[in-house]
Amino acid sequence: MANAMPETTQQPAIEVTGLVKTYAGVTAVNNISFTVPRGQIIGFLGPNGAGKSTTMRILTGYLPATSGRVSICGFPVASDPDAVKRRVGYMPENNPLPEEMRVSEYLYFRGRLKEVPRRKLGSRIDEVLELCDLKRVRHKIIGKLSKGFRQRVGIAESVLAEPPVIIMDEPTIGLDPHQILIVRDLISSLRGRMTVLISSHILPEIEMTCDRVLIINQGRIVAQGTPAELRREVLGQSAYEIQAAGPLGSLTFLLGSIDPGLSIASEGPPDALGFRTITLTTLNDDDVGEAVLRACLSEGLRVRAISRAHPTLEDVFLAATRRSWDSVAGEPRTRGTP
Amino acid sequence: MKHFFTILSHEVRMLLVSPSTYIAGVAFLWLMGFIFTGILEQFSKASQSESPAAIFFTLYWFPVIFMVPLLTMKCLAEERRMGTIETLLTTPVTTTEVVLGKYAAAYLLYIAFWASTSGLFYILRRFAGDAHLIDPGPIIGGYLFIAVSGLFFVAIGVFASALSRNQAVAGILCTTILIGLILGGRYLGSASWLDRESLAPLKAAVDYAQISRHFEDFTRGVVDTRELLFYVSGTVLALIFSILSVEAKLLHS
Repeated sequence: MANAMPETTQQPAIEVTGLVKTYAGVTAVNNISFTVPRGQIIGFLGPNGAGKSTTMRILTGYLPATSGRVSICGFPVASDPDAVKRRVGYMPENNPLPEEMRVSEYLYFRGRLKEVPRRKLGSRIDEVLELCDLKRVRHKIIGKLSKGFRQRVGIAESVLAEPPVIIMDEPTIGLDPHQILIVRDLISSLRGRMTVLISSHILPEIEMTCDRVLIINQGRIVAQGTPAELRREVLGQSAYEIQAAGPLGSLTFLLGSIDPGLSIASEGPPDALGFRTITLTTLNDDDVGEAVLRACLSEGLRVRAISRAHPTLEDVFLAATRRSWDSVAGEPRTRGTP
Repeated sequence: MKHFFTILSHEVRMLLVSPSTYIAGVAFLWLMGFIFTGILEQFSKASQSESPAAIFFTLYWFPVIFMVPLLTMKCLAEERRMGTIETLLTTPVTTTEVVLGKYAAAYLLYIAFWASTSGLFYILRRFAGDAHLIDPGPIIGGYLFIAVSGLFFVAIGVFASALSRNQAVAGILCTTILIGLILGGRYLGSASWLDRESLAPLKAAVDYAQISRHFEDFTRGVVDTRELLFYVSGTVLALIFSILSVEAKLLHS
């Protein structure tokens, strides 16, 4: 439907400014702001009760915000909820579906509610069934489908009306690794065409699918950027692990000549063969592995392995949320329902 | 109101594929047939002053009290319990359309159940062959009363369903309100302490809200606009409260 409104295509898909939501004195979302350009896939991370679901519900126009401004494709949610609802495909947490309907019936009903023209609806349903690999179960009753199929019905439903913005709250919860892979591919296939905002607990998955990640804790954004940026920003260092045997000698001095910031962070106990695990850290982002290896060999160390440690999004997430816990430790804790 | 018919047809469809609808329908017809047979037996023993239809419809409150909660308790409570209300209200549908669509579907089914009892009169006419047993006046008046009062009763059921996420609570709440309205009004109307001069306005209000009196008027063929207004305004009020209740629960969910 975005193509019917060419004047709004320059607007960012999602624009949130100073969003606050309080429930009966409890602050669930505390002054968050972010902008999502069109066509990106955004991961929304946070521990339970961080305010992810609340934020998503406000974005869809289901819940009213306490204060702040939210607009979807340039339409403010508060004053034009209908325009927003026409532009958002939403899959709530736990993916509620009517148990007693057939898959194709459900999609037809949802298509009618989402104002897909009756002529186009049949072919569009075929398309999304194909896209989500649901052709086999199109005449089955939803209540009798397995979790993976139900989840895909939810995804099919959210992309049905081809909305410019799709918001999914934990789309991969409770799926097996194979199904997660399918869902991930499905979401990746929407890249560029639709803006997708997904929340998840499964970090590797967010890392693989998302262009950008927002980490939220206690209702505030504690970090945002691409996964690589976050690593740099939150962890601020890269690490190398060397398994070597022999005396360290003047290695520390040599390391300093490679990169002034490079230093030995820790040294493990030697194993049966005399090899120790030495961890080096540096603030420099360039790969200095080869220089380190050469320095070790010139010192007469016997090196068994050297590797650059790749901090996962998990480390970033833990560091970012820990940092935010520390920064708010002095304040009274206000936590809301997710 | 663009989506009203989408929701209405969806709800009717859901009611028609649900086994509980047929169970309720069979139970209803079985009970009404039982009552009707009882009335005919009395007629066969001694001739009565009123026609069988008039007596049959005086028992309208009995199926109302158990059928209306059964038909309506699910409509909004289930949506909220399953969480499907969230997917429903994030489409370009207003709460008003959702509530009215569900209300209209429940009302249509209610009317369909009652319409099926016309078969009883047909059988009587076909086999008794006695024209004086079938007086069209009370029959038409009776069905008209059922249709008009049904508007209000079903709206009360929808309202009760909007108040709770638990179907059983909604059903019991609905039964309680209906009993209070139908039988409580009758009790208050006959209470002697209301006859005092100082309570005259209250007495007038109770008399106005006498559902059993409205019923008598209808079966006698008197269609009073004040009575129509009572049901229509009650319906509108109950539906507005249902819509507000659904929206209020969103704000505090």
